[in-house]
Amino acid sequence: MAFFSKNSRTIINNLKSKAGLSRLMKQSRNCCSMSCLNNTNCCRFIPLTTIPQLRNPDSYSHKKGFLFCFQRFQSTTSEQQFASLPNGEHNQELDFPGGKVVLSPEMQFLSESPCVYNHCYRVLDDNGQLISNSNFVQVSEEIAVKMYSNMATLQILDTIFYEAQRQGRISFYVTTIGEEAINIASAAALKSDDIVFPQYREPGVLLWRGFTLQEFANQCFGNKADYGKGRQMPVHYGSNKLNYFTVASTIATQIPHAVGAAYSLKMDKKDACAVTYFGDGGTSEGDFHAALNFAAVTESPVIFICRNNGWAISTPTSDQFRSEGIAVRGQAYGVRSIRVDGNDALAMYSAVHAAREMAINEHRPILVEAVTYRVGHHSTSDDSTKYRPADEIEWWKMARDPVTRFRKWIEANGWWGSETESQLRSSIRNQLLQAIQIAERAEKPPVNDLFTDVYDNIPSNLHEQEKWLRGTINRHPKDYPADVPV
Amino acid sequence: MSLKFFAHFLFIFQVYISVFLLIIHLQFHFFEIAFLFYFFAGAKPMAAIFQGVGAAATLSSSPSNSFDSNNSVFSPLTSFSVRRGASFAVVRSDGILNLNPKGRRAQQLISNAVATKADSAASSSSSKPGHELLLFEALQEGLEEEMDRDPRVCVMGEDVGHYGGSYKVTKGLAEKFGDLRVLDTPIAENSFTGMGIGAAMTGLRPVVEGMNMGFLLLAFNQISNNCGMLHYTSGGQFTIPIVIRGPGGVGRQLGAEHSQRLESYFQSIPGIQMVACSTPYNAKGLMKAAIRSENPVILFEHVLLYNLKERIPDEDYICNLEEAEMVRPGEHVTILTYSRMRYHVMQAAKTLVNKGYDPEVIDIRSLKPFDLYTIGNSVKKTHRVLIVEECMRTGGIGASLTAAITENFNDYLDAPIMCLSSQDVPTPYAGTLEEVTVVQPAQIVTAVEQLCQ
Repeated sequence: MAFFSKNSRTIINNLKSKAGLSRLMKQSRNCCSMSCLNNTNCCRFIPLTTIPQLRNPDSYSHKKGFLFCFQRFQSTTSEQQFASLPNGEHNQELDFPGGKVVLSPEMQFLSESPCVYNHCYRVLDDNGQLISNSNFVQVSEEIAVKMYSNMATLQILDTIFYEAQRQGRISFYVTTIGEEAINIASAAALKSDDIVFPQYREPGVLLWRGFTLQEFANQCFGNKADYGKGRQMPVHYGSNKLNYFTVASTIATQIPHAVGAAYSLKMDKKDACAVTYFGDGGTSEGDFHAALNFAAVTESPVIFICRNNGWAISTPTSDQFRSEGIAVRGQAYGVRSIRVDGNDALAMYSAVHAAREMAINEHRPILVEAVTYRVGHHSTSDDSTKYRPADEIEWWKMARDPVTRFRKWIEANGWWGSETESQLRSSIRNQLLQAIQIAERAEKPPVNDLFTDVYDNIPSNLHEQEKWLRGTINRHPKDYPADVPV
Repeated sequence: MSLKFFAHFLFIFQVYISVFLLIIHLQFHFFEIAFLFYFFAGAKPMAAIFQGVGAAATLSSSPSNSFDSNNSVFSPLTSFSVRRGASFAVVRSDGILNLNPKGRRAQQLISNAVATKADSAASSSSSKPGHELLLFEALQEGLEEEMDRDPRVCVMGEDVGHYGGSYKVTKGLAEKFGDLRVLDTPIAENSFTGMGIGAAMTGLRPVVEGMNMGFLLLAFNQISNNCGMLHYTSGGQFTIPIVIRGPGGVGRQLGAEHSQRLESYFQSIPGIQMVACSTPYNAKGLMKAAIRSENPVILFEHVLLYNLKERIPDEDYICNLEEAEMVRPGEHVTILTYSRMRYHVMQAAKTLVNKGYDPEVIDIRSLKPFDLYTIGNSVKKTHRVLIVEECMRTGGIGASLTAAITENFNDYLDAPIMCLSSQDVPTPYAGTLEEVTVVQPAQIVTAVEQLCQ
């Protein structure tokens, strides 16, 4: 993968920190010869036949020159592994509560970066052409066209709502620009029974599952038709019938929720998994680490999808963590992980598809790190040109747009054309503008919705408070908004 | 058999000593009577029994060096006596193992000194059927019955599985229901509470155990931001029928970090209900009601109350989560209390009765929301209110209760509400200092006398 850029140093530094190439070049040799082989953390290949539905298993990574490191978590098998090691020294073993460990008289530290570079799975190149000898899960024309139209819809949705916020019609908005492939492709690889625990940059999953544009608008305007009854900020969508858990503003709190839900699905023996999304910043929260640990220990069918988009508001990943991305953290907890090019819709689809199979059939958690770039600002309250160069944003928006990349591929297959493109875009745009108008004019939730759903039934103290509030509004109607029904 | 005879002999011997001590040391806390047994009735390690004092408290504070003694202690227990008068080993904080073969007799003695049962509605007379058990067993029974009744109920927490829980509330459940329904979690309170919330939203009814309520400070984010809020912010789409329970309060020299009163921190969180149990009867009833409730409920237990014994009905019953309990009806003053302070109040009530006062004692049980109906009726009758709590003075349950009563029943009060609570200090380790931070019966007596002037 060539990360070339003529533009600014920041891009290169950012990308290098993500890729970690420079560091690895120095360390890989040393590391492999000493710590890798003799250490208890032995690198092993996962036989590719266990990952279903991948084509061309023979032409896999050997040719690219990188190793694919994994480690089995079961301590009971470690004994057999070491027995077959081509190890000249006759090492003793120590029996301790965690299992057997191999002793060694050589003092060696485990390197702070993995002994071999964790490569990133990609299927379509920058021009939307299939890379030769790639494995991926086949996508039918219907699914591919649906994926593309949803990605385009998401782009338009973001643009129009962002503009609406700037016009003062809604108070707040969070765009997903640059991450459409992650949203839609992962949603396409899941089934409707899979429960989704989002952060806040994944409306695409809802879009795929059938949330209408009107429902999006209703939530953003907080009107009576909103399923959340106007109680949350815009973009905090939630729909229990689409198995999409209501967005909470807190970072990473949804990750342990997903583990709990997966545990519940495992107890009920359902053919479904839990999926949770979070960003690179969210992986610093304690909840992330404990949840990964729990998922591994409880063997719950959960897929952790990290959108590593390089920025946590203004904090670049180099200030967020020093590990080689997120996927390597999975290994530390005993969770199988993969790093994927997040702007490649086909790769995302394949990875999540395979992850789902493994999670459900083998009852294990899977961590998917999707490497991408946050093209938009963090939210409408942020101006990212303050901490990153505008041309960097421009470059990622134009040259690395996941939607364009995928469109080139479906056009090359003859499934899409420029007329269908313009038709789609104008139709969505009109629908959205209309939806916004309807949502804006709709009634707001009534005052008694302030007090319902705090508990299952309204308790006496809340009844009293509601009476008091109504009394106040009736006495001073001019001080309260006229369009809120009392 | 010979053991029983020996037990009888020692019992009579100790009755003599205890009566002697009672008369002379009337001011001592009833737990101290047991402590004095140890000193005056012989320095043998068998003499001391603590009713709910040493065992629970020191079990939790005895780390790995007493680990083996803990394990070996409980196996002879089960062979010794099944449920009735279970004598238990006391591992004191200095590591000496005390085995008490005659626990039942001495426990009867202790419960007489408390004098609560005579007036309480839940008290047992020998004519009523029912079975006797300790508070932690009542909790376990309630939990087990609910798990039998509803297959969606599950338990998660640290050491709740095969270890049976730090206070043995989940004892036997893992063997009966399997590892999937009784889950041992790694040490990450925020995350396993979050996990419980996620499981609750997808249809399970988890009971999350905090090993000590103080540890739930780590889970505060999940409890406040998610547990309390999600039903509301999702517009009613997702319910969270979770129960979070655990022991709290000041124990026996457990140190500041393990003597927290979290009810005062949680009381502000909208969307949750809080209840505190104080007797085996209401412990079982509240546990069952909490599990059946659709709202998130936090059930506060007390470290020192786990070994209280009472006879409870055999049939299925629940206690209303929003109701207060009338412990002793009276005319002169309303004393509002909950959890362990109930026993201090009842002890003070004995003294007060001797002095001619007639206090009405209410165990408020429901900490959020307050049962203002029962409390209000009482205030209208007596016109004087004394609140006795273990929380800190600032921002405790007593402070909120004072505000609620003043707002609603100000016209019925003849005197300002008095609130006795702990000082705003971290709980010290030294036993004498720790005793001073907790409200003692003598203070309650003085306060009532002052109030009724």
